[in-house]
Amino acid sequence: MTLSPADITAIWLSLKIASVATLVSLPFAIAVAWLLARREFFGKSLINGLVHLPLVLPPVVTGYLLLISFGKKGPFGEMLEACCGIVMSFRWTGAALACAIMAFPLSVRAIRLALESVDTKLEAAASTLGATPWHVFATITVPLAFPGILAGAVLGFAKALGEFGATITFVSNIPGETQTIATAIYGHTQSPGGDAPALQLTIISVAIAMIALMASEMLARRVSRKAADL
Amino acid sequence: MSLSLKIQHSAGRFTLDLAVSCTGPVTALFGPSGAGKTSVLNILAGLIRPQSGQVSFQGETWLDTDKHIFVPAHARAIGYVFQEGRLFPHLNVRHNLTYGANLSKNRPAHASFDDVVDLLGLSALLQRHPRNLSGGEQQRVAIGRALLARPRLLLMDEPLAALDVARREEIMPYLENLRAAFALPTIYVSHSMPEVRRLADDIITLEEGRVTSQRANEHQA
Repeated sequence: MTLSPADITAIWLSLKIASVATLVSLPFAIAVAWLLARREFFGKSLINGLVHLPLVLPPVVTGYLLLISFGKKGPFGEMLEACCGIVMSFRWTGAALACAIMAFPLSVRAIRLALESVDTKLEAAASTLGATPWHVFATITVPLAFPGILAGAVLGFAKALGEFGATITFVSNIPGETQTIATAIYGHTQSPGGDAPALQLTIISVAIAMIALMASEMLARRVSRKAADL
Repeated sequence: MSLSLKIQHSAGRFTLDLAVSCTGPVTALFGPSGAGKTSVLNILAGLIRPQSGQVSFQGETWLDTDKHIFVPAHARAIGYVFQEGRLFPHLNVRHNLTYGANLSKNRPAHASFDDVVDLLGLSALLQRHPRNLSGGEQQRVAIGRALLARPRLLLMDEPLAALDVARREEIMPYLENLRAAFALPTIYVSHSMPEVRRLADDIITLEEGRVTSQRANEHQA
């Protein structure tokens, strides 16, 4: 199996984009999941709907919405460039944003379920022992929900790794900048003699997905064993 | 102790309407199940915010709905022993015991970790996890955890109710030791008169959300 340099770059870019998308969106996913699981507030169903929108919209629509809002001339795009020098359009950062948004509903759903399964009576007990809400969250809620939070992150990572429609619409398919495994495979299938490289990349994406799943399984087992030893 | 509360609170069809002041040191809230004893305790702890009322402890206002004062549970410096233990399942006994102690270092301790462990007979259990403890052992850990949080007021909600008679007899001496060892203001909720007789100085009887009597326990010296 010989991979072309462009394909190797696509693999690294995929891993980078999916990792950044997962790690950056995880705190937001936990916060939103917590709000949905534990708080009643005006506009909750609106927030819930917005979070789940990328799950039900055609990915190309999400990609187009990103293009007109985070593109060079888009309001958020201009804002980000002016304040922090971050350019999204046709850059790998834009691919990470597209992946994060597409993966967000999956992560939030898994994490919300995990947070809902934590007994609020234990949180109340912690507060009577002098723990502030933040301390309760960090020392009781998160550790007890940890397997579910991890599952949400892995699910999000897998989704980010495979994201195609929104990515290609928003940041196109530029080798070395925004070309990921998925868009590279698409490129190969569109050109004559591309079957062999397409198959190679397919095998690699299956391998990456399997490794990610097994790693999360191992991590979850280690955490529960460590909890048992404490 | 000086603890006074005046509460009006309804949840569903149940209404709590009472005004009492407790002098203690150990005041029992006695009454049949459904009388509202646990609700009173949760209001004292700051876990329930009543619709209207005032709570003050040692001259400090914890709740005043007219003045919009509400001190949250974590700032009340209490210890709460729940009916069902509520030990943290991901922490072993030692870490359960020190959870509150680590958060209240600015207050004077009633007793050292070792004293509490001795008093409650926990030394053999420190490395164990809550799921590997009997009901009686769990409840002893829960009492120790509340004591080590350096509470100014101890709230106990039927700490023996979930246990069988033999376990109750096992824990009772610990509770009596507690009473003797620390002069800690305590509100003890129970529907068992023998328990109340053995532990309380004052007995407040509650029925259907109202106080029906308040008297000194003549069995206590």
